[in-house]
Amino acid sequence: MNTLKTGSRLKSAVCDTEVMVVRAVADEVCLECGGAQMLPMGADKPAAAMAHEAFAQGTLVGKRYTDAAERFELLCTKGGKGSLSIDGVVLAVKQAKALPSSD
Amino acid sequence: MNVLMTLEMAAECHPERIAATCGERSITYGRMLEAARRAGARIRASGCRHVGFLDVNSLAAPVALYAAACAGLPYVPMNYRLTKPEIRALLQRIAPAWLVADPQLLEGIEVPDGFTVVDREQFLREALDGEHAAEEPAQADPAAVAVQLFTSGTTGAPKAAVLRHENLMSYILGTVEFAAADEDDATLVAVPPYHIAGISAILSSTYACRRMVQLPGFDGQAWLETCRREKATNAFVVPTMLARIIEYIDGSGAEAAMPSLRALAYGGGKMPAPVIERAMQLWPAVDFTNAYGLTETSSTIALLDPEGHREGFHSADPEVRKRLHSVGRPIDAVEIEIRGEDGNVLPAGEVGSVFVRGGQVAGEYLGVGSLLDDKGWFPTCDRGYLDKYGFLYLDGRADDVIVRGGENISPGEIEDVLRQHPAIADVAVVAVPDTEWGEAVGAVVVLGPGATAGEAELRDWVRERLRSSRVPAVLCFRQQLPYNEMGKILRRVLREELSAAG
Repeated sequence: MNTLKTGSRLKSAVCDTEVMVVRAVADEVCLECGGAQMLPMGADKPAAAMAHEAFAQGTLVGKRYTDAAERFELLCTKGGKGSLSIDGVVLAVKQAKALPSSD
Repeated sequence: MNVLMTLEMAAECHPERIAATCGERSITYGRMLEAARRAGARIRASGCRHVGFLDVNSLAAPVALYAAACAGLPYVPMNYRLTKPEIRALLQRIAPAWLVADPQLLEGIEVPDGFTVVDREQFLREALDGEHAAEEPAQADPAAVAVQLFTSGTTGAPKAAVLRHENLMSYILGTVEFAAADEDDATLVAVPPYHIAGISAILSSTYACRRMVQLPGFDGQAWLETCRREKATNAFVVPTMLARIIEYIDGSGAEAAMPSLRALAYGGGKMPAPVIERAMQLWPAVDFTNAYGLTETSSTIALLDPEGHREGFHSADPEVRKRLHSVGRPIDAVEIEIRGEDGNVLPAGEVGSVFVRGGQVAGEYLGVGSLLDDKGWFPTCDRGYLDKYGFLYLDGRADDVIVRGGENISPGEIEDVLRQHPAIADVAVVAVPDTEWGEAVGAVVVLGPGATAGEAELRDWVRERLRSSRVPAVLCFRQQLPYNEMGKILRRVLREELSAAG
């Protein structure tokens, strides 16, 4: 269990997934990818770990992932095989609103 | 959170895609990330505290921006059109620094101690062809300064506006969808690297994975030819640039067609009505977007989208038609409110000061601190109003308002009326000192080629259309108005001239 800090970056312990925290309330939660707790960017990955089959739908780079209440939002900065979850509930892709290019 | 993340993601997803083209040369996202890491490592090892940039647009601009982010240092692009003493004064403020510069621009300038100066070619060569650079994901403190821009400094020394990684990334994540561009998309970048629109062009294009086509020096012909040759699909211009492009087409009879262009965004100053209307006539298939933003707000905070343009252009209803001259609605990532002189929020339709709040709003200068109030609102110093549909209309800078006997008069309203006079090609209205009223209305008029109009005729023209307090007390003629290089009228110069004349 950790609090998630806006702007911080984390990586999966079991696949290539990397995320950045875009929004987070102050509650302590368990953020996982592929069913394993996510790690700070500098941490070593355990060898030969695999995504749990219940959390293996994969992540896509550039997509935003949120919980149902939109208390947390993560930007996937690198895609991987695991799924993101908070306290055991898989996060959903947030639909982006298209804006015209302004620059 | 670090602006480098935009490039890391683009390089991860589309390593072989072209990131930027300048003249004959191009660079892919993969190579650009490597170059930024290599240059960033060198800069970090040098012990410098800033990464300065004194040059026109080239591949070196995005590489320098991202190299600074790799090194964890502020990127400081500077206006190369300033005078030599002005440039030297700015350099002194960023020492010790790594400086990417065109050597010609530094001629006759004594570079202060603590500078490592490299020219564009050397910088690119060392960045592109060095040893393998460490692949460390950027983990800078989100509150670290990413970019420092010197304001034009109309009064006193230029102020150094700071934009933190969290401000710029908030803007990018709030307005751009990652990798939204197609492989064949290209955006034509004509704004100089030291302008906030030049910064946001790099970050937005990279995050969208849209190829940037850089134009080192702007003129109407070069812009059109580059747009066609590179098959640009998007472009951003300041209003003066659009006026020059149209002048070139209308003056030379050159072919106007730009078959590849789908979207043209503009901002950075007030767009004259005849210019945007002519542009919409010339290019009916193009999507026009008006973007309103400030340096201090990491670029765009409101925009009039293509639909708003078409509604305004084709409507017979004056309330909808005038929408074409609004700056549109606030983007989702910010809130905008209009406040009166007592600080209270004004209802729709009433003119007051424009305030903005949101993650992208930096509102901060070095040595001055944050200008945000305790609830996070930033005073833009622009005046304007929101209509009942939520469209924002700007009415000039707060500093430019003429206070005549306690009455606030907006120069824009008088300029709009004078500009409709058939003899007038250009006009600016400024405050002049007045012993009776405190301030009075001064107008500086540029007549069209061969046109004539006397002072009395022009005064009558205003009197017939506006209240008598709007009639210019001082009126003079000039061959042309003084503009800065971004197309903003130098009102200070005109105020001084008129005061001296009066």
